[in-house]
Amino acid sequence: MMRSRITYRLIVFILAFAFGILFSMPSFTDSQNGKKVSLGLDLQGGLYMLLSVQTESAIISKIKTIASAIKYDTDKNDILVDRLKADENGINISLLDGDDAKRLDEILTKISGVEVQKDGLNYRVLLTPQEKIDTSKYAVDQAVETIRNRLDQFGLAEPTVIKQGEDKILVELPGIKSAADEQRAMDLIAKSAHLQLMAVDEKRQDIAQTMNEDEAAAYGDLLLSDAKNPRYKYLVNEIPILDGSMLVDARVAFDNQTNMPIINFTLNAQGAAKFGDFTGANVGKRLAIVLDNRVYSAPSINERIGGGSGQISGGFSIEEARDIAIALRSGALIAPVNLEEKRSIGPSLGQQSIDQSMVALSLGAVLVLLFMVLVYGLAGVLANIALVVNILLLIAVMALFGATLTLPGMAGILLTIGMAVDANVIINERIRELLKEGHNIHTCIQKGYQNAMSAIVDSNLTTLITSAALYAYGTGPVKGFAVTMSIGIIASMLTAILGTHGMFEFLSRKIERGSSVLWFGYRIKRG
Amino acid sequence: MQIFDKGKIYNFMGIRWVMFAISATLFFGSIALLFTKGLNYGIDFAGGTLIQVKYHDKDAPIDLIRDKFASNEILKNASITEFGSASEITIRYTTTSDSLGNNPGAFVADMLKDSGEFEIRRVDVVGPKIGSELREKGIMAVIVSLVLILIYIGVRFEWRFALAAIFSEIHDVVIVLGAISLLSIDVNLDTLAAILTVLGYSLNDTIIIFDRIRERVKESKFIELFGVINESVSLTLSRTLMTSVTTLLAVITLFFYGGDMIHGFSIIMIIGILIGTISSVFIAAPMLSWFRFSVEEYRALMVAKELRKKEKEKIRAMYEKGRL
Repeated sequence: MMRSRITYRLIVFILAFAFGILFSMPSFTDSQNGKKVSLGLDLQGGLYMLLSVQTESAIISKIKTIASAIKYDTDKNDILVDRLKADENGINISLLDGDDAKRLDEILTKISGVEVQKDGLNYRVLLTPQEKIDTSKYAVDQAVETIRNRLDQFGLAEPTVIKQGEDKILVELPGIKSAADEQRAMDLIAKSAHLQLMAVDEKRQDIAQTMNEDEAAAYGDLLLSDAKNPRYKYLVNEIPILDGSMLVDARVAFDNQTNMPIINFTLNAQGAAKFGDFTGANVGKRLAIVLDNRVYSAPSINERIGGGSGQISGGFSIEEARDIAIALRSGALIAPVNLEEKRSIGPSLGQQSIDQSMVALSLGAVLVLLFMVLVYGLAGVLANIALVVNILLLIAVMALFGATLTLPGMAGILLTIGMAVDANVIINERIRELLKEGHNIHTCIQKGYQNAMSAIVDSNLTTLITSAALYAYGTGPVKGFAVTMSIGIIASMLTAILGTHGMFEFLSRKIERGSSVLWFGYRIKRG
Repeated sequence: MQIFDKGKIYNFMGIRWVMFAISATLFFGSIALLFTKGLNYGIDFAGGTLIQVKYHDKDAPIDLIRDKFASNEILKNASITEFGSASEITIRYTTTSDSLGNNPGAFVADMLKDSGEFEIRRVDVVGPKIGSELREKGIMAVIVSLVLILIYIGVRFEWRFALAAIFSEIHDVVIVLGAISLLSIDVNLDTLAAILTVLGYSLNDTIIIFDRIRERVKESKFIELFGVINESVSLTLSRTLMTSVTTLLAVITLFFYGGDMIHGFSIIMIIGILIGTISSVFIAAPMLSWFRFSVEEYRALMVAKELRKKEKEKIRAMYEKGRL
């Protein structure tokens, strides 16, 4: 005589059911409580960008910064340098007077991350390989941080900025609606906001217009265009006096005379000291204010400027000035970024995708549920209950782990529905076989599960293996697909194997009494 | 509802040569197609720009748009095709610009501004470097999952099972790729996801049949392989068909109601499920005999294994008794 039994299987299943309902509900309702499944950009619309950081530029700029520090220190210590020149691999220094060698050595040993090669009075300063790696890595981390800061200040809802691989950055901006917004966001991200204060080469500025870049380089100078009039060139000293890394604040203000927007910036103590020293020593000369390699203004220095503040004027629009100030405040990008991949999906397309996949999902689910009942009778109903719990669990787990639901992810759910019943099909077929052999129904159920187990475990594990490969090598939507598939499979082990077994055990008395045609859709020969 | 007579053993292996001929035709036909027609890489893998435009309340003036594009030096090779309905088009060209400042969506919007009321619904730009990176990763995903599966089945079953499964997987992937080439479906990330799903599905099928073969080898009254295979396939036939039907029901709804974005994905899935189901029976199973799988040997192996296990238990029992 068998009785209804409440086994651990049933209890686990009921707990899973409760868990599924509890944590999937927020995703179905409009309320703000609880974690929801977040929709991928392909479903809600927005802008997706993959940027790569030009780490080589970061290394060059690091070399230049070191060069500028060496120049500052040698000037300060009255070390006579014949030539100080930075190239993309290192810095060449030639001393005029051998007596200074010891003091230069002292300065150089204080700089970390460089190797110094000496050849008489000629020095070559190179970055160590480790320093190059660190610099590249820092450039990417800093770019992530900077872009995140800029987008936060831009006022968009939930921007995502994350590092991908060695030198790439993934940016997702949901809720970008117009092309103009998109353009502004992209400009803001791309702006290096590299502020440099550079000395104009007064000796040769007069012939700058006819000079080419190689000639300029021969003098240790750079040719830069004027921001407003690109044809006009400035010849400036290649090594900057200071750069934006010493900047602490940048605000939009208005020029008293012209009423045009300008940007006021403030330097930190170190920057202020350098700025003061330089302006004090160079009264009467011009100082170029360079932003992203364009000269915005080159005022003459009237007196020593202490306090470390300056301004950039350049006929900006208010919006432009605001974006530049944001970019300056959140820091310069050490290295420029390239756009590798950009996808923008309009909000109406996203909505259409959701609507269509919802229709497909519900219709597909209904067909599968009907088919199961048609073939397996009441056993099919139990399999369907397990399937519904499976889907609830899938949504609950996705919401809890913050996984993103994408369009292929929706397809993944539908596929899970099609394939999740597979475990129950295998089990029910085994039970039918045993019933045919004439065993009693209780034995059939127990042995049916036993016999089916190895096939189910092997097939599910191999599917998980392919999902893992898909996750490891996939990007974006494909990753989303792999995630939904994997969660669906793991959840189906819980519901389709444990859950249905628990329900069978609980109902075993009823099954024994009822007709097996109703239960398994299979006629037992009696007698 | 009962579809097949449970007791009956069908002679599947009797028609294996017919099925094999069909398979070989499809397989080599697919390879020929891949070499001649080739695959149509979407911008995900080839790099390029794709813009989707939907016109409101009217059909897209494709001829007008083509004329406009033809007069632009960079865009004159753009392909402009209808997408889903007559009011929606996709514009595709292979050039991209590295600079962030370039905004093809705005550019095209400006170019088409007097062609009617429309909306730019999607702009995808994939740089050539990323395109090739995505392609490499895609191929790696397929290879890595095949190798992992080979190892898993080798450990859980036997090396002949693993080889047979992998050959049947390769067979499926090649034929699906052939179908993709034949139907000129764009190969993009979604397509890759579909191919890998097909791989997983077909493998499921194969493993369930193999699991039965492994079980029947021990218990069957048949001693030669084809008898065991016929019996195993017949016993799993209801399951194979049931699952194919439920999965097909899901994928076919996706095809009809899932929208155009998912069309390619669902076609590949439908073909893949059919091919995968057939190959599990007619490619994977008979291949066991090609690798000289012998029922008697395997039985002996299993018996030896069982004996070793019993021996171990005996020793353990004696050891435990000895301690008591």
